[in-house]
Amino acid sequence: MDLQGFGHLLLSGTWVTLQLAFASLGFGLALGLLGAAAMRAPVAPLRWLAIAYNTLIRGIPELLLVLIIYFGATHLLEALTGAHIEVSAFVAGVTALSIAFGAYASEVFRSAIQEIPKGQMEAAAALGLGRWAAFSHVMLPQLWRIALPGLGNLFLVLLKDTALVSVIGLEDLMRQAYVAAGFTKLPFTFYLAAAGIYLLLTILAMQAIQRLEHWANRGYHGARA
Amino acid sequence: MSEWIAALSAWLLALAGDAEPWASYARYLPRILDGVWLTLELVVLSGIIGILLAIPLALLRIARAPWLWMPAYGYIFFFRGTPLLVQIFLVYYGLSQFESLRDAGWLWNEVLSKPYWCAIIAFSLNTAAYIAEILRGAIQAVPKGEVEAAQSLGLSRATQYRKVILPRAFRIMLPAYGNEVILMLKGSALASTITLLDLMGATRSVIARTYMNMEFFLLAGVLYLLIAAALIGLFRLLERALNVHQRAPRRSSSAGFG
Repeated sequence: MDLQGFGHLLLSGTWVTLQLAFASLGFGLALGLLGAAAMRAPVAPLRWLAIAYNTLIRGIPELLLVLIIYFGATHLLEALTGAHIEVSAFVAGVTALSIAFGAYASEVFRSAIQEIPKGQMEAAAALGLGRWAAFSHVMLPQLWRIALPGLGNLFLVLLKDTALVSVIGLEDLMRQAYVAAGFTKLPFTFYLAAAGIYLLLTILAMQAIQRLEHWANRGYHGARA
Repeated sequence: MSEWIAALSAWLLALAGDAEPWASYARYLPRILDGVWLTLELVVLSGIIGILLAIPLALLRIARAPWLWMPAYGYIFFFRGTPLLVQIFLVYYGLSQFESLRDAGWLWNEVLSKPYWCAIIAFSLNTAAYIAEILRGAIQAVPKGEVEAAQSLGLSRATQYRKVILPRAFRIMLPAYGNEVILMLKGSALASTITLLDLMGATRSVIARTYMNMEFFLLAGVLYLLIAAALIGLFRLLERALNVHQRAPRRSSSAGFG
């Protein structure tokens, strides 16, 4: 495939895509944990909030979420500070993608929490561990192992959703393919090249997830595939 | 229908007076509803074409001969491993690169150069890959005894699939298929990137006139949620209708929901 010297543009876009994906993964995981904790909170309004977050985000298109955050954040900052501050596409993208990832992840974490035998938390309580200590020392280490397959799938979805941020002008892989296609008048070539790179990233991510799962399940031979 | 909507819009406009954003909501109601209609059209049409494509794909995918399952696997892997946005652009912008296609007459003039059909093509190809994976799982989840019973009746392999396995697999996959339709609904917003005026596109075109971006984005969000809720309800009803034989006879002590 002849990329007419635009290969480096695609590579720099890939780098932005990766940064976007991993930044959103970090914040998204934190939001997911918070969401799952809120769903099990003893305070009812917290539970309602978590359920509302979950339902709302899972029912609206990611593209709409990206646009709402992008334009909404500018409005919000203008209302708060009185000055017109343009929010960067990267920040808006990370925010929108983490919010979307967090909504689905909270569901994964919630069902993972339910899979941990109740006796373990009771044992932790019997040992005199507080709620937080029991969560961080007993539940969390196991949570990763159980939630990993679900989170892995969500990460693959996130990786593809990063392409949406190109709509608000972030110079990610998708956007650079668009630019190169416009310059060279070879749209098929460049979108196919972008597709190939996304596919490669997906394959790499799948392999990394598999390794992580293997590592997380050491000591559980045969117990959980 | 459109006159009726125009009348409703005028009436709501009178009701809203100068109160924004309600007045603008009323004024642009016909445009937004057209968008809702196009979104539904895209989702339903690509959902139907997607299923039709997914059946042969899933059957190829579970075949034992490598020259059968490998192409199906490749197809599914490509469409599930790349962003939908790339796929839409490949179809809508990408195909114009080939001169032989541009000279293909009717095929080019009426189908491949039209954003509507390009969106339908991209969505159908995309959702077919996801449905094929769901269907494959469902076929493999058909209880073994039922397949053995069909075999012992001496049914041919084709008849087994047509009369026993596929009907059963469709019922098994229904909840997962419902999820896929919701994902397709959300994905259909990408049609707006190739100039279609679906709900997302109509919303953006209204915003370009009114500069009321938050007001109309939030309205679109509410409408997407309503469509999703309606689709979920529809699938619940369908599930109940198809699984009617599985419903437990009503017992006086049953506390569950029927």
